[in-house]
Amino acid sequence: MDQAENIITVKNLVKKFGSFVANDNLSFQVEKAEIFGFLGANGAGKTTAIKILCGLSAPTSGEIEVASYDVYTQTDLIKQNIGYMSQKFSLYEDITVKENFRFYGGIYGLSKSRINERITFFLKELKLESAKDELISSLPLGWKQKIAFSVAIMHDPKIVFLDEPTGGVDPVTRRQFWEMIYEASHNGITVFVTTHYMDEAEYCNRVSIMVDGRIDALDTPENLKKQFGVNSMNNVFLKLARN
Amino acid sequence: MISVQISEIIKSYGKKIALDNISVSINKGELFGFIGPDGAGKTTLFRILTSLLIPNHGFAKVENLDVVKDYKNIRKIVGYMPGRFSLYQDLSVEENLQFFASVFGTTIEENYHLIEDIYVQIEPFKKRLAGNLSGGMKQKLALSCALIHKPEVLFLDEPTTGVDAVSRKEFWEMLKKLKNFGITIIVSTPYMDEAELCDRIALIQNGKILSIQSPQKIISEYKLPLIAIRSDDMYLLVKDLKNLDQTNSVFLFGEYVHFTSKLSKINIETIEAFLSLKGHTNIKFKNIKPDIEDCFMALIENDRMSK
Repeated sequence: MDQAENIITVKNLVKKFGSFVANDNLSFQVEKAEIFGFLGANGAGKTTAIKILCGLSAPTSGEIEVASYDVYTQTDLIKQNIGYMSQKFSLYEDITVKENFRFYGGIYGLSKSRINERITFFLKELKLESAKDELISSLPLGWKQKIAFSVAIMHDPKIVFLDEPTGGVDPVTRRQFWEMIYEASHNGITVFVTTHYMDEAEYCNRVSIMVDGRIDALDTPENLKKQFGVNSMNNVFLKLARN
Repeated sequence: MISVQISEIIKSYGKKIALDNISVSINKGELFGFIGPDGAGKTTLFRILTSLLIPNHGFAKVENLDVVKDYKNIRKIVGYMPGRFSLYQDLSVEENLQFFASVFGTTIEENYHLIEDIYVQIEPFKKRLAGNLSGGMKQKLALSCALIHKPEVLFLDEPTTGVDAVSRKEFWEMLKKLKNFGITIIVSTPYMDEAELCDRIALIQNGKILSIQSPQKIISEYKLPLIAIRSDDMYLLVKDLKNLDQTNSVFLFGEYVHFTSKLSKINIETIEAFLSLKGHTNIKFKNIKPDIEDCFMALIENDRMSK
């Protein structure tokens, strides 16, 4: 990140459901290839904001651009330029590893030869060549998550949104997953990630913390710890969210 | 005194072995944790112990009642909070609690002292339908419902999964208070940091128990030479360290990586020279004590090597 180029720009984002304000005037930017941690307590408004950034829900007001496209009028272009993965929705369990890649590649509009190229690449990268014809349902959770992440970036998106990607996996797999995130960022993909593991907040370039629909803190993990006079992101989070 | 005895339990689903010869004894009044990732077998074990599933082999007793033969009596004395929210969504908070109390032939008033600390937090919303509660409130209601018949043993299956750090902390504070009523509490979690809040834990992976100890004991038995390292580029730091001869393992750990060595003593000078040569800047070393995650990862590795 020699030159800061913003890939997400959010100005005064407001989202209301009736009289309830889910996102209360959010403003922030995310730089290209940054790993941006999007934290907050349950119900703080994270999912609402992510849906808006993915072009799945229109904001009530505010100026928001994702990958230089407008979230009101260019949602189709946004969807083509982002990847998304969550713990809950990832892959089709009753088709094989290869078929999942082929299916998603088709949805993203990749050519047949490009799809095959990407399948070969990821199977080698994940050392899963021998499992390519296995049903997803037969694989361990850790493998599924790595495959889900690969599927989410197979169309070379500008940004990948990861919604609690590491929930429930063992500690070794959780770390291997973060090495994949680092790798993606190193290759120029912006990573927008939510997590409840506070040690993972330390892996982010910058972290924002939402409380009651607002962003109450946004900085590098190092500066946040200094600002709150504590030694871990866990304590930053507890201090902010408990008030 | 033993509250829960698990002896040589095997359970398989078709070809898949969910529990592979598990034996554990849990003491009365103990706060005992089964710690392991999704798919380790935690939920299967909890279902067997609450009489909802029959094992293929082995036996288990809860308060001296056999989980297969005495299933009717077991159900009277255990409280069970499943991982998935299982209350009636279209009943109100109050109605759910009343329902569970009456099913067990008791009243809210009779055992109110057990749930008071937890229930007062959701009481302002007692007329609200359970389906319309926030995640944290659902969790508190589910715990209240699991407690209202004054169980002798309380089973909590992943009560904190998907819950934020603040609510997780509050939940564990509630469990500590419950311990004072003498209830045996058995909890499962994929969060390693929660292990330290238990009296004893069983680390479980792929249906096998890797260790049963107090968290302090597990940590004291860790033998690998361990040090924390950081530099300005953590991505390359992990990559480079993996190529060093003396490296046993390299794992990201917050703002540092945890490095274990094959040598009996870590040679910092060699590592520093190697990293400098690779162009790393701001290289820092820190002496650290292992935590539960370090131990779990070492145990997984031992288990893999022994195969």
